[in-house]
Amino acid sequence: MNYTTLARSIIRGDRKAAARLISVVEDEEEGYGEAMDMIFSASGRAGVLGITGAPGVGKSTLVFELAKGFRKEGKSVGIVAVDPTSPLTGGAILGDRIRMSELSSDPGVFIRSMGSRGGTGGLSLQASATVRILDALGCEEIIVETVGAGQTQVDIMGLADTVVVVTMPGSGDEVQSIKAGLLEIADIYVVNKMDLPGSMSTAADLRAMIDLVEDWKGWKPPVLLASASGARGLEEVAGSIRRHREWFSDPEAHMERRASQARKEIYDIIASGILRAISSAVTDEEMGELVRLVAERKMSPYDAARKVAGSALPGADLYKAL
Amino acid sequence: MARKIRVLIAKPGLDGHDRGAKVVARALRDAGMEVIYTGLHQSPEQIVQTALQEDVDAIGLSSLSGSHDVLFPRVMELVRKNRMKVLVTAGGIIPEEDVPALRKCGIAAVFGPGTSIEEIVKFHKDRLGRRS
Ligand code: B12
Ligand SMILES: Nc1nc2c(ncn2[C@@H]2O[C@H](COP(=O)(O)OP(=O)(O)OP(=O)(O)O)[C@@H](O)[C@H]2O)c(=O)[nH]1
Ligand SMILES: [Mg+2]
Repeated sequence: MNYTTLARSIIRGDRKAAARLISVVEDEEEGYGEAMDMIFSASGRAGVLGITGAPGVGKSTLVFELAKGFRKEGKSVGIVAVDPTSPLTGGAILGDRIRMSELSSDPGVFIRSMGSRGGTGGLSLQASATVRILDALGCEEIIVETVGAGQTQVDIMGLADTVVVVTMPGSGDEVQSIKAGLLEIADIYVVNKMDLPGSMSTAADLRAMIDLVEDWKGWKPPVLLASASGARGLEEVAGSIRRHREWFSDPEAHMERRASQARKEIYDIIASGILRAISSAVTDEEMGELVRLVAERKMSPYDAARKVAGSALPGADLYKAL
Repeated sequence: MARKIRVLIAKPGLDGHDRGAKVVARALRDAGMEVIYTGLHQSPEQIVQTALQEDVDAIGLSSLSGSHDVLFPRVMELVRKNRMKVLVTAGGIIPEEDVPALRKCGIAAVFGPGTSIEEIVKFHKDRLGRRS
């Protein structure tokens, strides 16, 4: 299959081609770089919104409500929903769509579920390519839902212009975990499930925590109460997203973030591309043999890594790098 | 990287029996596949649009309420209309005498109550290649 043909079809609005190219990238099949260059040139118009937070707080329900709001404004919407891949079997059940099924036959909406596969920061490594593809397809608003996995969903910052951290009333642990990892990434906090007891005090805890930081560089994250399933407080959430976007559209404000996004994406592409290139330089049998030697403690894992890399990069000084 | 098998497990129509669909979804996941589960009450249009966006290799239809004879052929019609290359299987309460018609409209296999999970997993692996 010629991937540049796929890219051209996507730019003309072919949804099936978009679905296919996303799989090609996810499976890390060889030779899609040129197609992604074309996709890149045709993208850059979509607003990208990230939704993150612990498991079960209501991310998918909120994504569904926000997407309906965008649809009412006449905008087309892309949704990328990431669920965890089992590290043991490599399999996954991708269930975020259950909350969005009303949108699945809307021609103005494209929803793609992804397993986190190798990614550890709450996203799949291929999530940014997927966002680009949906952008080139013509989606005006793209919403990315991360894996609900606790404290390490920082990857979303490398992808979204606006990050919403969702939480819900309950144990103080919730706020504790936000302190430990999500504080730096939130542009907006939503305390969802405001219909449950304790939402006011969760919001107060969050505000107290935010007040400890002195310099917010022009944007102090608001803490909003909402009920995604009860359709309460959603106007305010959408309004804050709009305001953040206006603020973020000032190049001064966003250059630093854009630069760190760019840096991360370049390194991700290098890492996965080099790993792919190097791994393909040894056969499965050769790799199996090295694995056996290391498992039997007859060879150091560093030595094995140098042997593999050495057959792909003859002449490189691998003792410095590995 | 190994090509991963992606399967959509869908519940068409008003049928609320979802145990079988969930059992099959978990089994395929445990076999290393990515399984998209739609939840209940899906129209054939929603199922086929979902399959298209998710670029799945297979669609599994589960029905225990007796509406398979209308809904399954409609799914197959839309699969053809969208020129999708996808394996479609089915399961649930489907009388023996209905199976030939379903097979004829393109459903690859029908698995009734009591089918072993191993058989369902093996069927998908055999048909979709060792991609996972
Ligand atoms: C449990 C059950 C319920 C539970 C469902 C709980 C749930 N969340 O699923 C409850 C109590 C809610 C229920 C309600 C009803 N039920 Co009921 N229920 C059953 C029962 C006893 C077992 C179904 C079950 O869960 N089996 C276990 C699972 C694992 O098996 P399975 O679904 O068959 O799946 C296996 C295979 O079929 C196959 N498979 C299934 N799907 C798929 C998909 C793919 C892709 C593949 C490859 C394989 C596959 O693989 C699985 C593993 O082997 C059946 C009778 C029976 N023995 O089947 C009646 C039965 C299905 N129910 C029936 C009826 C009539 C009803 C009600 C209408 C009763 C009423 N009058 O209120 C309601 C309707 C509910 C609704 N909204 O649709 C009838 C349906 C009759 C028909 N089709 O003509 C049955 C057959 C009972 C009967 N003999 O009359 N029910
Ligand atoms: N009481 C209450 N329940 C809600 C609210 N919003 C969502 N829920 C419920 O919370 C549960 C989880 O919702 P999801 O939207 O799937 O949560 P999620 O964060 O996407 O979950 P994961 O993707 O599994 O991490 C569902 O049963 C929702 O119906 C709310 O405002 N109030
Ligand atoms: Mg979710």
